[in-house]
Amino acid sequence: MPDALPASATRKVPAGTLYRGREGMWSWVAHRVTGVAIFFFLLVHVLDTSLVRISPEAYNDVIATYKNPIMGLGEAGLVAAIVFHAYNGIRIILVDFWSKGPKYQRVMLWVVMGLFVVTMAGFLPRHLMHVFGGE
Amino acid sequence: MTTIADPKAPRPPKPRPARLTTRGNTELYGWVFMRASGVVLLVLIFGHLFVNLVAGEGVTAIDFGFVAGKWASPFWQVWDLLMLWLAMIHGTNGVRTIINDYAERDGVRLALKSALYLAFVLVVVLGTLVIFTFDPCPSGSPADLLPSFCTA
Ligand code: HEM
Ligand code: HEM
Repeated sequence: MPDALPASATRKVPAGTLYRGREGMWSWVAHRVTGVAIFFFLLVHVLDTSLVRISPEAYNDVIATYKNPIMGLGEAGLVAAIVFHAYNGIRIILVDFWSKGPKYQRVMLWVVMGLFVVTMAGFLPRHLMHVFGGE
Repeated sequence: MTTIADPKAPRPPKPRPARLTTRGNTELYGWVFMRASGVVLLVLIFGHLFVNLVAGEGVTAIDFGFVAGKWASPFWQVWDLLMLWLAMIHGTNGVRTIINDYAERDGVRLALKSALYLAFVLVVVLGTLVIFTFDPCPSGSPADLLPSFCTA
């Protein structure tokens, strides 16, 4: 029996798995990095929102800094991180629960990138217009 | 030539690990929670970003009066409360996984996780209190900073 093993089962170097190397891995790294970044943003964000309990002036002063161009670019980056994490998160869920998910995981990563570009193309011009005062 | 054991052959009993990494199904529930909360968070956060960054004047419209206007409605109170709790549990659980992956020394892992859980409790309690104790018309504040319904 053992000598009848197909060649693929005796190959020394493992073929790419869902996670190791290639797209499956960098999308996983990007999912981690964006998840942590959003988490730290959220800690600060709840603190800045809590200023509404101190006084209207305190809140308005801090929020005013969110409207300068540098913070405006930071918000764009944050939204990009969320949009990627969210769409890729749905892809992970489909890989896990949809019977054909593992087969299409690669295709779905391209769908994620496509939807990402479309969403950002809708969001960025409008946001930058608000921040840089066009209209 | 090495012979591979027949899969149906009885296996030697495995030595029991000294310490079980999890008791019961907690990790499974966490895994399911990450997925269920993710779907709900997508709706909550995209809605939050749309209303606060895209609609109307975007970020430039945000000030005390804007927040007061939103939280005058139980709809946005519940929205923000759910978003706060789900995002904090999802994010804390995710960061916990990452600490487990990279912090190999027991002491470091314990310290990082303690800091994580402390941050979780502080932020969730603070955020919840802010939503429920919010006063849209604090006395003594200039009327032009307050929502219009304060003077009505
Ligand atoms: C740059 C983008 C963002 C802006 C300008 C923004 C703005 C605001 C504002 C004005 C409030 C006050 C209440 C309200 O409007 O509902 C608020 C509350 C809140 N935001 Fe955001 N937000 C942003 C991104 C996010 C993200 C990405 C998350 C989730 C990860 C989030 C989670 C929350 C939560 C949980 C609250 C309630 C805080 C509390 O309980 O005190 N926000 N945000
Ligand atoms: C917008 C909707 C979101 C969706 C659809 C989503 C989806 C997911 C999914 C499916 C996972 C994988 C869990 C696993 O592999 O077991 C995950 C991991 C994670 N998420 Fe989210 N998430 C969302 C929002 C957030 C937010 C707001 C935060 C931060 C507060 C966050 C932080 C994390 C972290 C830190 C991880 C762990 C990453 C890792 O273990 O590699 N996510 N998310």
